[in-house]
Amino acid sequence: MTAYLLKRLAIAVVTLVLASMVVFAVLEIIPGDPARLMLGLNASADQIELLRNQMGLNAPVVLRYLHWAGGLLSLDFGRSYTYSVPVIDLVRERLVVSLPLALMALALSTIIAIPVGLFSASRHGRAGDTIAMGAAQLGVAVPNFWFALMLIYLFAVWLRLVPGGGFPGWSAGVLPALKSLLLPAVALALPQAAILARVTRSALIEVLNEDYIRTARAKGLPYRLVLWRHALRNAMIPVVTILGLQFAFLLAGTIIIENVFYLPGLGRLVFQAINQRDLIVVESVVMLLVAAVIVVNFIVDLSYAVVDPRLRGR
Amino acid sequence: MTLHIDIPDENLAGILVKAFKNRSFLAGFVITALVAAVAILSFFWTPYDVTNLVISDKTQAPSLAHWFGTDHFGRDILSMIMVGARNSIAVALVAVGIGMGVGVPLGAFAAARGGFADDVLMRLNDLVFAFPALLSAIMITAIFGPGAFNAIIAIGIFNIPVFARVARAGALAIWPREFILAARAAGKSRTLISIEHVLPNIATLLLVQGTIQFALGILAEAGLSYVGLGTQPPMPSWGRMLFDAQTRMVVAPWMAIFPGMAIVVTVLGLNLLGDGIADILDPKSRRQR
Amino acid sequence: MSLLEIEKLSLTIGSTRILRDIELSVAPGEVMGLVGESGSGKSMTALTVMQLLPWAAHTSGHITFDGIDILAASEDQMCALRGDDIGMVFQEPMTALNPVKTIGEQVAEGIRWHTRASRADAEERARKMLDRVGLPAAQFPLSRYPHELSGGQRQRVVIAIACALKPKLLIADEPTTALDVVLQAQILDLLRDLVAENRMGLLLISHDLAVVTEMADRIIILRHGEVMEAGDTARTLSEQLHPYTRQLAQASMHVPARARTHDSGSAKPLLQVENVTRDYPGRRTSLLKRAAPIRAVDDVSFSMAPGQSVALVGRSGCGKSTLARMVLALDGPTSGAIRFRGDTLTGKSEAELKPARRDMQVVFQDPYGSFDPRQKVERLVAEPLHVLEKKPVPAARREMVAHALHEVGLSPGDMDKYPHEFSGGQRQRLSIARAIITRPKLVVADEPVSALDVSIRAQILDLFAELNQKLGIAYLFITHDLTVARAITDEVMVMHDGKIVERGRTSEVLDHPQSAAAKALVAAAPDLHRAIAKRLQEQG
Repeated sequence: MTAYLLKRLAIAVVTLVLASMVVFAVLEIIPGDPARLMLGLNASADQIELLRNQMGLNAPVVLRYLHWAGGLLSLDFGRSYTYSVPVIDLVRERLVVSLPLALMALALSTIIAIPVGLFSASRHGRAGDTIAMGAAQLGVAVPNFWFALMLIYLFAVWLRLVPGGGFPGWSAGVLPALKSLLLPAVALALPQAAILARVTRSALIEVLNEDYIRTARAKGLPYRLVLWRHALRNAMIPVVTILGLQFAFLLAGTIIIENVFYLPGLGRLVFQAINQRDLIVVESVVMLLVAAVIVVNFIVDLSYAVVDPRLRGR
Repeated sequence: MTLHIDIPDENLAGILVKAFKNRSFLAGFVITALVAAVAILSFFWTPYDVTNLVISDKTQAPSLAHWFGTDHFGRDILSMIMVGARNSIAVALVAVGIGMGVGVPLGAFAAARGGFADDVLMRLNDLVFAFPALLSAIMITAIFGPGAFNAIIAIGIFNIPVFARVARAGALAIWPREFILAARAAGKSRTLISIEHVLPNIATLLLVQGTIQFALGILAEAGLSYVGLGTQPPMPSWGRMLFDAQTRMVVAPWMAIFPGMAIVVTVLGLNLLGDGIADILDPKSRRQR
Repeated sequence: MSLLEIEKLSLTIGSTRILRDIELSVAPGEVMGLVGESGSGKSMTALTVMQLLPWAAHTSGHITFDGIDILAASEDQMCALRGDDIGMVFQEPMTALNPVKTIGEQVAEGIRWHTRASRADAEERARKMLDRVGLPAAQFPLSRYPHELSGGQRQRVVIAIACALKPKLLIADEPTTALDVVLQAQILDLLRDLVAENRMGLLLISHDLAVVTEMADRIIILRHGEVMEAGDTARTLSEQLHPYTRQLAQASMHVPARARTHDSGSAKPLLQVENVTRDYPGRRTSLLKRAAPIRAVDDVSFSMAPGQSVALVGRSGCGKSTLARMVLALDGPTSGAIRFRGDTLTGKSEAELKPARRDMQVVFQDPYGSFDPRQKVERLVAEPLHVLEKKPVPAARREMVAHALHEVGLSPGDMDKYPHEFSGGQRQRLSIARAIITRPKLVVADEPVSALDVSIRAQILDLFAELNQKLGIAYLFITHDLTVARAITDEVMVMHDGKIVERGRTSEVLDHPQSAAAKALVAAAPDLHRAIAKRLQEQG
């Protein structure tokens, strides 16, 4: 068990280090002077020199990387050029919107998908299965930002049940805040749920063909119990894999959805930063999201070991 | 986890007969062919010229003259969707090409070599996987500026590890087979065996993954264009059309509804096609015959 | 009064007729043998009794178990019967247990479900049952997972699950087919004891006539879903009244006619294996540490003369397949040397190996897995021509393939077909055609007939014998089946724990084994002659 975990941890750390190098290198290969790029054409030589010093661009590349990476470890991402505040403060302020949104979407997607997958698999080939999977097939094809537009049109413009965008902030109370996150979360979750339901179903169907399912049925367990006790846990391995991959998509999705709903999250921050050529902010947010993906993948690896005793022995 | 690859053992004619009896495949094939036909048609003919702005006709609801209505510049939505199809297909196709072209040889090589080379390639794979397509697109556009070309590169890069993984997993399932041992006993090199025996046997797997990635590519391109990082105006693109529609939802909902449906139908068609292919070639349905 | 009574049972799945008018009965304490080749419907009969058939199945006739009409019983009634009154053991022990649940959970589960016992009580009974099937608490606590157990041990767990509630009827579907002969004998003993202890009825399903003869009081012979012959085991097999019964019995004992000509040492050795050892790295126990390496082959030396046919026999996991792969230069030894016609194979590049590969070919066990399904027979059979110095032109290549096909009893027209168009036996012929196309001096055959039905097996053994005579090819037969060794080889080497523990003339070793390993193998091997004789003797 420890050997397996240590190996996965080592891989996660190596990937994280490599990813930070990539992100750093991308800034390095920018054609021309990043400081000039950020300041635009009208900047004076003094301004550029000042920014170069601020960004530490005059130091050798290895030192600069180490300084930057060291900063990351202590959550010091540098200062935003446009906002003139530490990037970490900007990020923190935005994270309280993006993170709850992503988590809500993930939870919604799982809550919808797993029962649908179970239902479909247990009625494999029958009408219920066909209808559920037809719906899932459609769900997979729907772009979440378009779905979001349709939701806004339906619930905000037409029915006026929820706000069509914006975020009152958590200070305005938990309920209004959650309410304004509800539509975005649904828009993010449904297409993902469709994918997850399909994976759950096919994983279950595959497991249900295994010999040990027959052994369990030969014990006299009713089909329903066999499904719950024997099939589901074995089917969790591919399901968890997809959940991990989906987290990456979900993060990316959050960035777009925030723009649909005018939510002041990381996604909005990134686009504003791109428009204002605030590269330090772009770099930091990308690094943060990449780190999140890597951490989630590590958690997925851990959950394999929980589900599958064969990995614990390694 | 091991991947089970059961190899269908029918000839082409048999597979074709089965294919056209399969509802998924048939529906997917028809839809995909239609979308492709519309894209090709748009090179020669569209109901209206999409570069022509007719401000007097702006935001008209669907009518006989404009089936899908017009946008805020008075352009015909149907014509724009037709031209946009080209763009979506081209971007997704090239991106899948990049992913397959680089990913499959890498994955096959990793499986054939094993050991250190395999480890290194798989770690690199993990690395690229850590950058979702949109993130790499953001990085690329932050530096090189937005545009269809950069979108292709971003989506293509993201496709590489997907195909590398699928090819590797497929190849690993083929390598322990006895017919590979037989080929080795006949003195064939690993490269030759990969080309002669492994790749043909994982081709269907790659084909299915290809249609899935094609569909995802269309979604990704639409997403990037929607946030302004993909195809740039005046070239019509589905994602961009949705962006334009967003602020006009109340007055002109058709501006959002129809381009979105175009995306849904195209992606649905490709996914059905992929499902159909997987179904036809899936030996499990045959085993129960 | 029978425990299980099957009358006029017919079964169709979709539009395919699987069973027709099956008649079968099992009395309490009786062992009923159900014999048939693949596709005879014997497993389907078992699944029908359990009512575990696929959805599209349609049955007619009567099955009465202990007074209950099985075909009319509801799913709830069947759930009450399964695992309580009827237990079932399956063929594949490696996949029959849920990999994510402990063996304790899996044995106790049925007990808890049927008796509503508390967890502790159920676990106590599970513990007793595991003790009974030979898995003592010290080595096999309830917390073990299936992957920590060997195939034989897993089959014991499956039997514990099936017998935990002392069922009135046990159905065992090829319970030992996936196991080696020594494990097979142990599992059969266990089943026999359980039958005697609980006066349990046993429906034993097998393709192996010898196994069934040893075990069963009565047998039924099934073919294409119909009963060919049924009756008392000893009488049925000694009289062999039905032609199919006779055919099966003779095929099981078939020995190809071959002039015994080859003795070792008579000529310059063809193959020399000198002090060969092969280690595999041990399991990783932590990031930097590994367990001690596993020695698969341990200091093995032997030699083979041209034209000689040698069997390498041993239990599963004894290292015989690893040794075969090293002889074929598909794997390299950790130490030692292998010489073929005097040339060392070890450490040579693929290009340098070409001359050796020309004269050394291989036939594998699985007639389905050993051909690339995407290529036509012509390309497949011609594959070894890759090692020729001068590649033949297409016309010459077709000629050579046609000739090879002819030699193995297939028609030259077969070369434009795909492998799936052939039956299992024909595919094994293809496999042999591929092996002889370069006119090799040595063919290594890894369990070449163990996946075949007995009647096909007899034909393939004949073909091997004929080619040995005609082309003077030497064989190294890897097998766990002593009847195969007896039928086709001049000499036998017995391998145990990576070492060759005994070598000698085939009849000598098999009739008078010296080493413990060889004795165990011989004693455990089912033998139809012996089994019939024993049955007749018991009945007086």
